[in-house]
Amino acid sequence: MSELSKPDELFTHIEHKPPQTDWMDTPAEIKKGIYSYAANPKSLEYVGFPFARQWNPAEEDWKLPENWKEIISKGFRERLDRFRSVKVFMDICVRCGACADKCHFFIGSGDPKNMPVLRAELLRSVYRNDFTTAGKIIGSLGKSFKKMIGARELTEDVLKEWWYYLFQCSECRRCSVFCPYGIDTAEITIMGRELLNLIGLNIDWIATPVANCSRTGNHLGIQPHAFKDMLDFFGDDIEEITGIKVEPSFNKKGADILFVTPSGDVFADPGTFTCMGYMMLFHYLQEKYGFDITWSTYASEGGNFGFFTSHEMMKRLNAKMYAEAKRLGVKWILGGECGHMWRVIHQYMDTMNGPADFLEVPVSPITGTVFENARSTKMVHITEFTADLIKHNKLELDPSRNDHLTMTYHDSCNTSRGMGLLEEPRYVIKNVCKNYYEMPANTIREQTFCCGSGSGLNAGENMELRMQGGLPRANAVKYVHDKHGVNMMACICAIDRAALSASMEYWVPDVEITGVHELVGNALLMPGEQKRTMNLRSEPLPGMEDEDAE
Amino acid sequence: MIISYMYSLIAVIVLFLLAFIGVKLPGGEVLFGIIIPYLAIVIFILGFINRVVDWARSPVPFRIPTTCGQQKTLPWIKPANIDNPTTTGGVIVRMILEVVLFRSLFRNTKCAIKEGTKISYEWEKWLWLFSLAFHWAFFTVLFRHLRFFTEPVPAAVQLVAKLDGFLQIGLPELRISGVVLLVAVTLLFLRRIWIPQIKYISLGSDYFPLFLIFGIAFTGILMRYFTKVDIVGVKEFTMSLVTFKPHITKGIGSIFYIHLFFVSVLLVYFPFSKLMHLGGIFMSPTRNLANNSRAKRHINPWNYPVKVHTYAAYEDEFREKMIEAGLPVEKTIAPEEPEEEKKE
Repeated sequence: MSELSKPDELFTHIEHKPPQTDWMDTPAEIKKGIYSYAANPKSLEYVGFPFARQWNPAEEDWKLPENWKEIISKGFRERLDRFRSVKVFMDICVRCGACADKCHFFIGSGDPKNMPVLRAELLRSVYRNDFTTAGKIIGSLGKSFKKMIGARELTEDVLKEWWYYLFQCSECRRCSVFCPYGIDTAEITIMGRELLNLIGLNIDWIATPVANCSRTGNHLGIQPHAFKDMLDFFGDDIEEITGIKVEPSFNKKGADILFVTPSGDVFADPGTFTCMGYMMLFHYLQEKYGFDITWSTYASEGGNFGFFTSHEMMKRLNAKMYAEAKRLGVKWILGGECGHMWRVIHQYMDTMNGPADFLEVPVSPITGTVFENARSTKMVHITEFTADLIKHNKLELDPSRNDHLTMTYHDSCNTSRGMGLLEEPRYVIKNVCKNYYEMPANTIREQTFCCGSGSGLNAGENMELRMQGGLPRANAVKYVHDKHGVNMMACICAIDRAALSASMEYWVPDVEITGVHELVGNALLMPGEQKRTMNLRSEPLPGMEDEDAE
Repeated sequence: MIISYMYSLIAVIVLFLLAFIGVKLPGGEVLFGIIIPYLAIVIFILGFINRVVDWARSPVPFRIPTTCGQQKTLPWIKPANIDNPTTTGGVIVRMILEVVLFRSLFRNTKCAIKEGTKISYEWEKWLWLFSLAFHWAFFTVLFRHLRFFTEPVPAAVQLVAKLDGFLQIGLPELRISGVVLLVAVTLLFLRRIWIPQIKYISLGSDYFPLFLIFGIAFTGILMRYFTKVDIVGVKEFTMSLVTFKPHITKGIGSIFYIHLFFVSVLLVYFPFSKLMHLGGIFMSPTRNLANNSRAKRHINPWNYPVKVHTYAAYEDEFREKMIEAGLPVEKTIAPEEPEEEKKE
């Protein structure tokens, strides 16, 4: 981070003009601050990934397996046969360029290979050369003919370029909203990363969480006793703030509902405050309505870094949720605030690991609402759940406790473009906070910008990339900060909470980040609570401390 | 980068010369008028089908629609039934809007940095407008051409021709679609060379169809308004093609053969190129699927069992620590381990 240039320098250095040399003749220069460190071989070995080895992206020799080309070629073929998306997306792009300036990494870096179209062309060029009739025939006429149709051979330089740029895509799918054919770069990046994993080319910020998640149940490698300790510790904080002892239950057989949230909420600020919010809400519901929910230490991760590795790894990690729900005999599963976790649950889980016929169609035990939209998967998003509670007047709330906040809301990529969860979080926020402003229309909802660090790019060594990618979001925040005095941005994603905190500190230092349920926790009037003088961050509540002093 | 469109331009000029000279050689009219067009149409049809079948052979394992609006959840939240469809009906409407009106492209914005530090995203309608004009004009021209392949000419074709000529300028009456096609294709080309980023991503294979279509429209207009081709002769010839009794009508002129040759090349080029987006758009999984994957189970035909780190294995590793922390366990520690017993 020390080498990162100052925000205004970074901003003024953005050059959106492409270089003079043709992109095929411009090999990738692997830059410090942009790339993430190579995967720790131990992590790859733990989950049985091939070709685990020590290697360094900055060095010339990546110690590739001898038959790497053959492996990639075979893998490519397999994926073309398994995913219509890949096949169609390889064939139909017309390079109209509508996607070009939709990517936060392109906007923030100006690197033309961060234009979604060109990122995809990195793979398409090899596809045309190796897998299409036209490519084979025209390509045989000579190199300039190859170039005419955008075909090229897979060389070590091309492979390095893949690696470098596929780990500069956060699979946010903003480009796919604007593409006239719905070409989704995330699909291409996902496939590309799968191919790279076949020859041991992963990054450590993905590989190690995956190994941790497999072993301990969560990315951070928190062991069961430590997981409980952390929640107990939050319980102590809650007691100090509210005077109420909150005791979550763990691995409880026969509970009504299993709760799964990203482990980031248990581990890293400001997610921890969101976690306290969940605990307070559950306690409130338990006291008032006999709500019976349990946390699992085994399935203690909502997020799924397997998704950033391969479809298979995604399935392996995700399987724990249903397995644990079955073991504990709960009725359905409630999911916490997380972005890609929800894309996996919403679009993949039932298909991969279902049918969840051992669970019941989710019904809110408090309002009686049947969550028809989760009829098959049997998993409900916590903002759907809480919005329903508020709508039915089941929560006593004092939004004035959040009066010192002027809010805006950041839509997470996955929940907006992979689900359409747009109104539920807004409804919750507006019921617990009075001051709320939207960012400009082209930067929210389905057009939302990535935090800049999604899909496993939230490392420390690639901070320049993260700040570049975070710029479009930050710039929109700055707009509402300057115009309306927004000082807090809510989000429903654990990666957001970590990544946006860093990007705000860099770009818009006066704006802080919160989860939606931290706001709920602050506004919630718990039965028998003491007069609150502090918020969940243990900061004095403006207005409240004065009364105490008087 | 300059070379990439020069090559394509040269390629189209070569094709022009090929037809221009070729048709004058002995047997040239038969080759360019009958053999090549028949071959082209066969290649087009088989190639198109082959490509679509090939796509269809790969399954869609997961439902991955790009949701562009509010999901259907709680009854009091209004869902976006078209941009985030949950029913087949919604998907059909979404697809129609996409195919007919280029709805996604309509959303296009242009990113610009203003006053040094403000990033703005303004509505960018030109690409949408040019593309829509281009595709609709092309379609109209194509549809109008049915009059060369039908006898009697269907009323719909006559109607479209009439509407197309509503300006009633000149003789023969000016048909707007042809002009729009020529202008739109020119604008789409200029856009490619004017905008630096678009120029950077453009391949020779992006310019080639533009030049080719320009050539088709240009020769068509030339024949209709300037060289005043013998329409009756042309129709006699085209009808002979569709009735599979092909014979050459004398005196149609070489421009016609060039026009026909360009069309033939386009047909042959089509299935092997990006022009297949015509078929592909219908098969795009981010657009043609309903967003109901939590409500309805969807099957992945190649789903296979995977290795999962089971709860039993997890508890085996952490049992002692779990017991110590007061977490429930499935198996208690065997009594022959007295040390552990004491601890509890």
